[in-house]
Amino acid sequence: MKINDVILRTVVQVVVFIILTIAIYLFFAGHYTPGGGFVAGLVLASAAVLLYLTYDAEKIKKGLPLDFKVVAAIGVTLALTTGVAPVFFGQPFLNMSSISVPFPLIGEKELATVMIFELGVALTVVGVVMTIILSISEGGED
Amino acid sequence: METLMVLLIGIFVSVATYLLLSKNIIRIIIGTALLSHAVHLLILTIGEVKKGDVPLLKEKPGPYTDALPQALILTAIVISFAVTAFVLVLAYRAYAKNGTDDVEEMRGDELE
Amino acid sequence: MITKLMIIIPLIAAIIVPLLHKRFKTIHIGWFVLIIPTILFVMLLRFIPLISSGRTFTHTWDWIPSYNISFTTYLDGLSLLFALLITGIGSLVVLYSIFYLSKKESLHKFYCYLLLFMTAMLGVVFSDHLLVLYFFWEFTSVSSFLLIAFWHHRKASRRGAQKSMLITVSGGVAMLIGFLMVAEMTDSFSIREIISIMPTELDHRLFMPAMIFILLGAFTKSAQFPFHIWLPDAMEAPTPVSAYLHSATMVKAGIYLVARFTPIFAMNMNWFWIVSIVGLITLFWGSFNAGKQKDLKALLAFSTVSQLGLIMSLLGIGSIVYVLGYSAETAIYTQAGFAAIFHLMNHATFKGALFMTVGIIDHEVGSRDIRRLGGLMRVMPITFTIASIGSMSMAGLPFFNGFLSKEMFFEATLAIRHLDLHYAASLFVVVAWVASVLTFVYCAIFVAQTFFGTRDLLPKDRVIHEAPKGMLIAPSILAILVVLIFIFPNFFGKYILGSTMLSIYPNMGSIQEMTPTISAWHGFNTALIMTIGVIILGSILYATRKKWSGIYGVLPEKMTFNYLYDLIVEEIQIVGKFVTDLYMTGSLRHYLIYIYLFIFLVVGGYFVKSNSFAIDFSQNAPVEWYEIILMIVMALAAVFIIFAKLRLTAVVLNGVIGLGVAIFFVLFRAPDLALTQLVVESVTTVLFLLCFSYLPEWKVEKSAKITKLINAVIAIGAGVLVVVISFTVLEYSEFKTISGFFENAYELVGGANIVNAILGDFRAFDTMLEVVVLLTAGLGVYILIKSKSKKERNNHENK
Repeated sequence: MKINDVILRTVVQVVVFIILTIAIYLFFAGHYTPGGGFVAGLVLASAAVLLYLTYDAEKIKKGLPLDFKVVAAIGVTLALTTGVAPVFFGQPFLNMSSISVPFPLIGEKELATVMIFELGVALTVVGVVMTIILSISEGGED
Repeated sequence: METLMVLLIGIFVSVATYLLLSKNIIRIIIGTALLSHAVHLLILTIGEVKKGDVPLLKEKPGPYTDALPQALILTAIVISFAVTAFVLVLAYRAYAKNGTDDVEEMRGDELE
Repeated sequence: MITKLMIIIPLIAAIIVPLLHKRFKTIHIGWFVLIIPTILFVMLLRFIPLISSGRTFTHTWDWIPSYNISFTTYLDGLSLLFALLITGIGSLVVLYSIFYLSKKESLHKFYCYLLLFMTAMLGVVFSDHLLVLYFFWEFTSVSSFLLIAFWHHRKASRRGAQKSMLITVSGGVAMLIGFLMVAEMTDSFSIREIISIMPTELDHRLFMPAMIFILLGAFTKSAQFPFHIWLPDAMEAPTPVSAYLHSATMVKAGIYLVARFTPIFAMNMNWFWIVSIVGLITLFWGSFNAGKQKDLKALLAFSTVSQLGLIMSLLGIGSIVYVLGYSAETAIYTQAGFAAIFHLMNHATFKGALFMTVGIIDHEVGSRDIRRLGGLMRVMPITFTIASIGSMSMAGLPFFNGFLSKEMFFEATLAIRHLDLHYAASLFVVVAWVASVLTFVYCAIFVAQTFFGTRDLLPKDRVIHEAPKGMLIAPSILAILVVLIFIFPNFFGKYILGSTMLSIYPNMGSIQEMTPTISAWHGFNTALIMTIGVIILGSILYATRKKWSGIYGVLPEKMTFNYLYDLIVEEIQIVGKFVTDLYMTGSLRHYLIYIYLFIFLVVGGYFVKSNSFAIDFSQNAPVEWYEIILMIVMALAAVFIIFAKLRLTAVVLNGVIGLGVAIFFVLFRAPDLALTQLVVESVTTVLFLLCFSYLPEWKVEKSAKITKLINAVIAIGAGVLVVVISFTVLEYSEFKTISGFFENAYELVGGANIVNAILGDFRAFDTMLEVVVLLTAGLGVYILIKSKSKKERNNHENK
C-alpha cells in the first residue's frame, strides 16, 4: 500500500501527538471525570491505527519496536497482581488502597493501587488492539 | 422515550437475527456487531434514562443517573469488540483455508 | 489414621513410579513397587491381634463438610481380611510381574495403574461413607479398564476393557441409586449408622428397590450371572492383572458389598432368595462353561465366575439367620457365612497360584490353547506341582484348603433342608453337587490337557524349560498357603476369619460362638459321601467328555448373553448416530434456528403462560424532536444493511448505527460510554476494512423463498419477543435499584467518577476477567493468523 499524501502525513504527525496527549489525560482523568484505563488504552491504540493507515506496518514496527503481545501480557499480569497482592497483606482479593502524597508542583494527590490496575487494563487494551491489527496486516504477506 | 427506544432495539434485534441466519460470513459478523449494539442500548434503556445527572460526583450535585448499567455496558463494549475482531479473523482464515465465505459450504468433512 | 495412610500411600507411589521409571533405566521398577504392598501388608498384620479380639478402628476426616461428606475409614474384621488379600496377593503379583513383564513394556504405566487400583480397592474396603465407597468403587472399574487395555494395540484388549467398563460402571450407577435410596430411608450415609437404623425401616417403599439396585452393583462387579460375560473378555489383560484383579480382589468387591450389606437388608427374606439363587445359577453356569473353553485363561475365568457364585450363594444361605433369628439351632446358618469368607480366602490362594502357572506356561511355551498343549509335566515339574495343588484344591479334593470349604458348602446346602422350603431345598443340594462335579471335570481338563499327553502340537521353534526361579516364588508361596490352610485351618479361622463374623452378624453371638472349629475329618457324613460321588462321577465324565461335549452346541449363538451384549452395544451406536445425524447437520443456520426456537418456546412460552405482559407509557421520559430523527436514521440504516449490495455499504451503515449509539450514550448521561463507543466503533470499522482486503465481495443471497421467509419470521419473532419482554421489564418495579450504594463511591474508594469506580474497584473482578478475555482474543487472532496448516505451507512452497 503506497500512498503519497504529504498533507495526510503532516496532519497525522501532529494529530497523533494530540491524540497521545488526550490519551494520557483521559487515563488520569478517569478518577474524577470521564476517562479511565479502557478509553485511554483504546485512544492510544487508535493513534497507532492512524499511524498504520498513513504509513504501513513496517514503519510502525521500526518506530515502535515493541512486541505488543508482551505488552498485553504485562497488562494482564499487572491487573492480576493488583488483584492478588492484597491477599498477602491480609486484605480481601482485589481490595484497592490509596495514600495521599504531596507532589511538588501539582499539590496533594491521591496515589491509589487502582491506578496500577487501570494501567494494566490500558496496557492490555493497547497490546491486544495492536496485536490484532498488526497480525491482520501481516497475514496476507507471507 | 423508553417506548421508542425499545421499538428501535426491536428493529435492531430483528435485523441482526436476519443477518445471523444468512449464509455469508461477513453478514453474520455484522449481525453479531448489530446485536451487541442492540443489547448495549437495551441495558441502558432498562435502567432509568434521563432521570438524573451524569454520574460524576464532583461535577454535579445529583441525583445521579444509574451508573451500574453504564459500567456493565462499558465492559460489554470492549468484550464485543474483542469478539468481533476474533470472528473477523476467523472468517478470514476460514476463507483462506476453505476458499469459501459461505457457511453452508463449511459443514465439516463428514457432511460434505 | 493408619488406614487412611494406607489408602494414600499407593496413590502417592502411583505418582512417583513414572518418575522413577525415567530415572532408573536399568532396574526393573517393579522392585520399587514391591515395597509398597509389602509394607502395607506388614502394617496390616499388626492389626490382627487387636481385630481378632473384637476391636474396630474408625477415623473421620471432614472432606466436604457442607454436603456432610466425611471421609470416615473403618477397620473391622471384614475390611481387614480384604485389605490383607489386597496387599498380600498384591505383593506376590508385583513380585511375579517383575519376571513376567519385560523391561521393554511401558512398565511405568502398568505399575501406576496397579497402584491406583490398590488405592481404589483399599478405599472400597475401608470406607464407611456410602458416597466415598461409591467413588472408590468406580475408581476400581476405571483402573481395571486401564489395566485390561494395557496392551491397547490389540483390538481384543480394547474390546474387553470396554466391555468390563460398560458392565461394571452400569452396575456401579445402579448401586449409587441404591445408596441414595438407602440414604433417603435412613437419613444417613454412614454404613455403621445405617446398620443400626435400618431394622426400623423394613416397610419403607424404597426398601426393595434399594436392595435390588445395590445388588445389581455387587453382581456386575462380581461377575454374577448374567453379568458374568465381561470377565472372560477381561482375560486379555496381562496375566498378573488377571490373577490380581480378576480373581483375587476386584471381582470380590461385590462379595464384600453383599457381606457388608447383609446386616442392612437380610431381615427381608428376598435377600436370601436373590443372593443365594443368583449365586447358585452362577456357580452352575460358570462351571458348566469352563469345561468347553479352549483357552487356559478363559477356563480359569469361567471357573472364577463359578467360584464367585459359590461364595455368593453361601453368603445368601448365611443371611437366613436374620430372618430366623439367632439361636443355637440357627447357628448352623452362620457357618454358611463363615464358609463364604473361608472360601473367599482359599479361592484367592489357589486361583492366584493357578493364574500364575498359566502365565508361566504362556510365557515359556507361547500358547494357552488347551488343544495344543500337553506333556509339560516333564519339562516344568515345579509348575506342574503348583498347578496340581491349585487344581485339586479348586476341585475340592482332600489335603488342600478347597476341600474344607467345599465340605462346608455342602453342609450349608444340606442345612437348608431343615427349613420349610419344600422342593426348593433339594434343588440347592442338587445344583451344588452337579456344579461340583463339573468343577472336578474342568480341573481335570486343566491339569491333564496341559501336563500329560504329548508335546507334538506345540511350537517347535523354542526349547521349553522350567520358568526362571523368581517367577516361581509367588505361585509357590500361594501353593504352600493352600496346604498350610488345610493343615491349620483353625489358626486362620481364629485370627483372621472369626472377626469377620462380627461384621456380617453384628449383635448376634460372640466371635467364639460363631467361629466353628474346622476339621478335615468329621465322620462319614452326607457331605463326605457327596464329595466321593463328585470324584467318581467327575472322573467318569472326564473320561467320556468327548461323547457328551455336544451339549455345548445346543444353545445357539444368538441365545447367549454375549450376543445380546454385542447387539445392544452395536444398536446403541447405530441409533445414536442416526439420532445425532438428524439434528447435527453441520449447518450454522440450523443450530441457530434450534437456539431461537428454544428461546421462543421457553421464554416466550412462559411469558404467555404466566400472562405477565404489561405496558405503561406514563413513566416515559420526554422525547426531543432530534432524538426521533436520530432513531429514524438508525432504524433505516439497520434495515438497509439487509439490502446492501456492497459489503462496504453495510459496514458504513453499521458504523452509522454505532455513532448513533454513541450519541444516545451522551443523551443518556453516559460520557464514559460515549467516548469508548466512539473509539471502538472507529477501530472496528478499520478492522472490517482490513479483513475485507482478504475476503471476496459478498454475493447476493441466493436462497429459496421459503428459507428467506423462515428467516424473516424468526427474525421478526426475536424482535417482537425482545420488545414485549422489555416493556414488561420496564414496568416491573418489585426490585429496588441498588445504584444508591455506588453513589458513596467517593467516601468508599475515593473516586468521583462512579462508572470508573465501579470498574476499577466495586466490580474490579469483572474488569480483571475482561482483561483476560481481551488477551485471549488477541492471542487467538495472532495464533489464527500465524499458524498455517502443513497443507497450506506446502501450497505456498509449490507456488
